[in-house]
Amino acid sequence: MIKTLTRRGLLQSSAVAAALALGLTACGGGGNAAPQQTVNSDAVEQALQKGGKLTVWAWDQSLKKVAEGFEAKYPNVDVNLVNAGTGNDQYTALQNAISAGSGVPDVAQIEYYALPQFALSKSLADLGQFGAADLDGTFTAGPWSSVQAQGGVYGLPMDSGPMALFYNKELFDKHGIAVPTTWDEFLEAGRALKKADPKAYIANDTGDAGFTTSMIWQAGGKPYQVDGTNVGVNFSDEGSTKFAETWQKLIDEDLLAPISSWSDEWYKGLGNGTIATLSTGAWMPGNLVSGVADGAGKWRVAPLPQWEKGATSSSENGGSSLAIPAAGSQAALAYGFLKYSNVEEGVQTRIDGGAFPATSKDLASEKFQNTGFKYFGGQKANKIFAESAKNVPAGWSYLPFQVYANSIFNDTAGQAYVSGTKLKDGLTAWQKASVKYGTEQGFTVKE
Amino acid sequence: MSVQTASHPRSAGTGTSSPAKLRTTRLRSPRTGRRSRRSVALTLLMGLVLLYSLAPLFWLLVNATKTQDGLLNSFGLWFDADFALWDNIARTATYDGGIFLRWFANTVLYVVLGAGGATFLAVLGGYALAKFDFPGRKAVFAVVIGAVAIPGTALAVPTFLMFSQMGLTNTPWAVIIPSLISPFGLYLMWTFASEAIPTEIMESARIDGASEARTFFQVCLPLLTPGIVTVLLFTMVATWNNYFLPLIMLKNPDWYPLTLGLNAWNAQAATAGGEAIFNLVITGSLLTILPLIAAFLLLQRYWQSGLSAGSVKE
Repeated sequence: MIKTLTRRGLLQSSAVAAALALGLTACGGGGNAAPQQTVNSDAVEQALQKGGKLTVWAWDQSLKKVAEGFEAKYPNVDVNLVNAGTGNDQYTALQNAISAGSGVPDVAQIEYYALPQFALSKSLADLGQFGAADLDGTFTAGPWSSVQAQGGVYGLPMDSGPMALFYNKELFDKHGIAVPTTWDEFLEAGRALKKADPKAYIANDTGDAGFTTSMIWQAGGKPYQVDGTNVGVNFSDEGSTKFAETWQKLIDEDLLAPISSWSDEWYKGLGNGTIATLSTGAWMPGNLVSGVADGAGKWRVAPLPQWEKGATSSSENGGSSLAIPAAGSQAALAYGFLKYSNVEEGVQTRIDGGAFPATSKDLASEKFQNTGFKYFGGQKANKIFAESAKNVPAGWSYLPFQVYANSIFNDTAGQAYVSGTKLKDGLTAWQKASVKYGTEQGFTVKE
Repeated sequence: MSVQTASHPRSAGTGTSSPAKLRTTRLRSPRTGRRSRRSVALTLLMGLVLLYSLAPLFWLLVNATKTQDGLLNSFGLWFDADFALWDNIARTATYDGGIFLRWFANTVLYVVLGAGGATFLAVLGGYALAKFDFPGRKAVFAVVIGAVAIPGTALAVPTFLMFSQMGLTNTPWAVIIPSLISPFGLYLMWTFASEAIPTEIMESARIDGASEARTFFQVCLPLLTPGIVTVLLFTMVATWNNYFLPLIMLKNPDWYPLTLGLNAWNAQAATAGGEAIFNLVITGSLLTILPLIAAFLLLQRYWQSGLSAGSVKE
């Protein structure tokens, strides 16, 4: 009953639950090594024909239709689609089940930022055994690199969130403000908007780990370096600094609405002109349609503002993969489902359901690109999203303990939004806390 | 909160501590007819507390009558022009294939078996500890007092690991069995039973030839009614509101209680492509608390009779 990709999950979930989940990772990870069998694609086909009952944990609503199509194509397979919680709730549940060694699903939806954590603890099956490496080029670069870890492929990308600037055109037109193409212009637009209407804000931000890392990603920063259990965390590189400096000005001049994303206040603010822009993933239109009915026709999409004039760099925000927990006993059958859902017929089913795909072919298709969005006044927004997906800088990685790191964002970097702490110092504090935790978990972490 | 305040008159009635007794007397003085000059201040204070307790309920009631749009675009503490309560209730009951009703039925099941069972066990145990002398009573007392101090939340994960090995997770039993244990209820029944049942009555029943079972069910149980109702209310509220235990134990939404289900609906607004249904979450919350309010209203008279029974005995 629930759709993909929470960006808020971590903010709201208690640190206790996160710590609990990770504590269990630490003690339960070693015992569940992946069964190293070599299975080829014939085995997958055989498993599909033979059938069986497949338990899938996912909160993405559009998978319901995919499961129906899958069952129709392979009548011997019975898919049991379970919503075991959204985002972090499900990770806790999954971690608990893996530690307990029972009740582990055959397939699980896992967001990109959380995937390395499960991959490193050997909780997930390496899909290389089914020839997943051959799918190189099938998916856009961002999501595809997100499912790689430790030299293996640990999930198939289900959707993606190439970023764009959603903006309230009516508000911009009313005050005669140009849509920003760089972050400096964004800052200027924020000032102009505040001057014209003290109640309006250029954007909302109360400190969001996912957004911050996405922005640094776009700026070319690589704060996380991961090579097996050797991890580097460093927020003093050029990309991170660019972000911190610009955002510090926005914070200092009170240009950001103190409204947390996904709250009811946020939905309200998007509709009534309090929040003028939203820099987020391409999966956003569905939410605007259902949650911000007032904004229909007022909003438009533009490419994400740039750090340097004329550049075309983009970033990814959110997105999920489907992965196969190593403890499951039907890996071949599960892989059959992954492939159907994320590479074959299932992709179109999900696009029809409003999801944003991760497959290059579908992103480039004429039909997809020419889809007009009524909500955006008929704008063909997919063109912007597809272009964005192509321009995501390579080489980004998340920490193998990103779920925890994100959960402490608001205690460290997030302080910059609510107190006199400078964002740069906040990021340093986040870095230190992440290093400390990583070291405690047995990683070799350098700053 | 009402449960917390309720516990004070109870322990005062059973005469466990003298300050409590004093307070009871003072609180009751207006009822005996002596007008107090402080009543204005007290009334004012009570009014404030009442406002504090009722304001959230009022908010819930008001906002359950609004549409998703109205919720965001109208003043929070008053009704919107568009009265959508009936429509909201209908949509809550039918949304996503009527899953709300399923959650409601699950919750009732957990409450009837869990809270009912917990009350039954607490009554049996409390009675035995209060009225029978056997070796190890002191040890049991220590264990019970210790158990009261451990929050159920702390036990949830170890219980999960244990149940998981037994293959009980993701079944209703995973919620019902841990709910059967209520150390506080046992303690309450124990103190209540030792006050409310004169040993002489039990002795005379035995002399008249009643079996122990008959003595318990026909002679002692009626005397215990106020205590039983109190424990029942406690365990009912605890089970009805239980969140963390089912969160850990259950993965299948078909077995969710209302608390988990409403949270899932609420989380839906924070996911890409998810539909924001705050109006249904609020209406669902209102529907969720109605049975608890009904239970309190229906059971409170037993409770009051218990209070007076206690005072007469003193």
